Amino acid sequence: MTDTIQISAEYRAAAGRKRLYSGLLWAVFALLMISGFGLANDRNAGGFWAGLPQILDFPAELVAEAAAKAANLPGLMLNAVPALIETINIAAVATLIGVIGGGIMALISTPGLAPWPRLIPVFRRLLDIARAIPELVIALVFIFILGGGPVPATLAIAFHAVGALGKLFSEVAENASPKPVEGLQSVGANWIQRMWFGVIPQVAPNWISYAMLRFEINIRASAILGFVGAGGIGYELRNAISWGQGRYDAAAAIFILLFLTIVFFDQLSSMARERLVRGNSGGRI
Amino acid sequence: MAELNAGVHAGFRRRRIISLAVPGVVLAYLIYIAVAFDLAGLATRARWDNGALLLQDFWSYKTHVTRQNRADDPEVVTAIEGMRNATYAPGQQPDWITAAPDGRVTVELQRDNSVTIAADGAVTLDAQGEVFHITPTATGIETDITDPPDWINLSDKRLTATLPAGARLTVTRSRTEVFRRSPGWELFFFDLSSPFHGKSLPQLIGLAFSSDRLEQGRPNIAAMAHDFWTNSVWHHGDVAWAMFETLLMAFLGTFGAGLISLPLAFMAASNFAPSRVVRQVFRRIFDFLRGVDALIWTIVLARAFGPGPLTGSLAILMTDTGSFGKLFSEALENVDEKPVEGLRSTGAAALPRIRWGVMPQIAPVILSQLLYYFESNTRSATIIGAITGGGIGLLLVQAIQTQKDWEHVTYYILLVVLLVIAMDWVSGKIRARLIRG
Repeated sequence: MTDTIQISAEYRAAAGRKRLYSGLLWAVFALLMISGFGLANDRNAGGFWAGLPQILDFPAELVAEAAAKAANLPGLMLNAVPALIETINIAAVATLIGVIGGGIMALISTPGLAPWPRLIPVFRRLLDIARAIPELVIALVFIFILGGGPVPATLAIAFHAVGALGKLFSEVAENASPKPVEGLQSVGANWIQRMWFGVIPQVAPNWISYAMLRFEINIRASAILGFVGAGGIGYELRNAISWGQGRYDAAAAIFILLFLTIVFFDQLSSMARERLVRGNSGGRI
Repeated sequence: MAELNAGVHAGFRRRRIISLAVPGVVLAYLIYIAVAFDLAGLATRARWDNGALLLQDFWSYKTHVTRQNRADDPEVVTAIEGMRNATYAPGQQPDWITAAPDGRVTVELQRDNSVTIAADGAVTLDAQGEVFHITPTATGIETDITDPPDWINLSDKRLTATLPAGARLTVTRSRTEVFRRSPGWELFFFDLSSPFHGKSLPQLIGLAFSSDRLEQGRPNIAAMAHDFWTNSVWHHGDVAWAMFETLLMAFLGTFGAGLISLPLAFMAASNFAPSRVVRQVFRRIFDFLRGVDALIWTIVLARAFGPGPLTGSLAILMTDTGSFGKLFSEALENVDEKPVEGLRSTGAAALPRIRWGVMPQIAPVILSQLLYYFESNTRSATIIGAITGGGIGLLLVQAIQTQKDWEHVTYYILLVVLLVIAMDWVSGKIRARLIRG
């Protein structure tokens, strides 16, 4: 009897302690959030409360002007289509390079598959670095050397994609069954054959699903880099906005086009991923 | 049997066609891209000299030795990268510049080359085993060079001599300028106005604990910290603030979005939403928030709130509310119903059912997603900062656009990469602990 009382008392003490700790953690978090927003507000050019009533001014202006010149919109959207295709091409090539480069990097940095196991940490650090450098930095450096246009943006996004996909691909490859690889080895297949026939068919659904997700992320990145000067729809958007009032219909057309594109690829990638991951791999995620 | 055989063969044939077609399509696409992106034209437009300059500036700096030939009282001025705030005071100059009593200034360059500027402006270039004399005049320059070697570019108005180790001499009628490259990032710790400039590490350590003060009114170690923080060339204080702003944007955006999207995610999850209509409405709201993208949110919000970290935070918050809403509602749909039923059988109300039946199941997913996004938003905040004008992204873009201070660019890149790697490491550690329990 005394045992149960003691256990119950100890349990209550432990639960109370836990509640205290999580309460403290939440208090610290709330304090960080509030003081953080206060600080960000102080360092911003305009204040939050002053700006809040104006938050709809710009969209309203844009919508009003676009509605007034609604007849122009289809033509303006058509004008922006070549730039949009460039943005999508940048993302697609970058994803392609990312899949090929990331796939090779993943295979040579996965324990059990790597041809040179001693170099695994080196390749992993290389992937970390490729992931850590923001696309913006690489893009601006390449713009300085190669001039503006789609190539700097492609190289920048591809470099980052190799790092990001390499890590995810390697995590998938780690879980691949070693049996096909061993079977191929026993009949004398070389490393490339072992990977191509033993590993790639196992990991392909997950790799493709990650590549689809990356493609969607890359479209966003490519639009943003265009805004900084690397061509494509982002660049057109910056020009349209700098024309200012009276020409907002052009900006509105690009906004709509960009929005529809991103929503389209977002839905496409999530649908494709669902089919690939849930449908093909027999329940293994 | 024959039927099965035929089926297998058809399957193999189809696979063979696909395995040949996929690389073919990829190749055709890449050829189209090479034309569309004008790769052939790129080779001619590329400025490889810019690349060489950039690589040199990454690890070294230039010192400019300049004489304004048409000034009333022309004197030779030495400045790092030609910056006014990094100009050497007379007598403080580096030891490779010697001033003779008659006003002659000799600049020693690498590989025994040297340039001497006389008091009247006449220049003597002693390089590659040859000696040349150049005199700036009222209309141009006069030289005794009859047959210029290929490292000298000569006209009536201008002489440019490209010397080894990145050194260079330029003479025009208005200005004589010598560049000398030295390795390292000069003035990184203390600028020229600080009394600690030019001291070696042991000297500095000695000074830090010494009681004779170089600056009145405060101990040396505080003066050192102050001079480092307010360094007029590298602006360490401002850079630290900018890094903090970038991190702040990522933190506020990510966790603010987490707080907002968690309750909303219940409305978008099929097993918690009060009706199909509500669920569809919330899902469409999340799709909209994600579809507008951080770029457009940044532009729209910057109109209302002006440039700064708050705008960046809110742009990240908007996009990520959409992403988290989708992710969290998917996590909620996969929740095991049994603990909820157990709680219901004890008569627990809706809120306790969620708190004790649902949250323990989805907390690890939520936390690991939050940490993952926090890390990836640190990178996004750099880019958004470049657009909205806050944080290290702004400094980076400014430094790159002036196309001058590439060592500063290297410094910022290094800081950003270190910050992101640190975030990656910390969030990886925390996530690993969460998953293990």
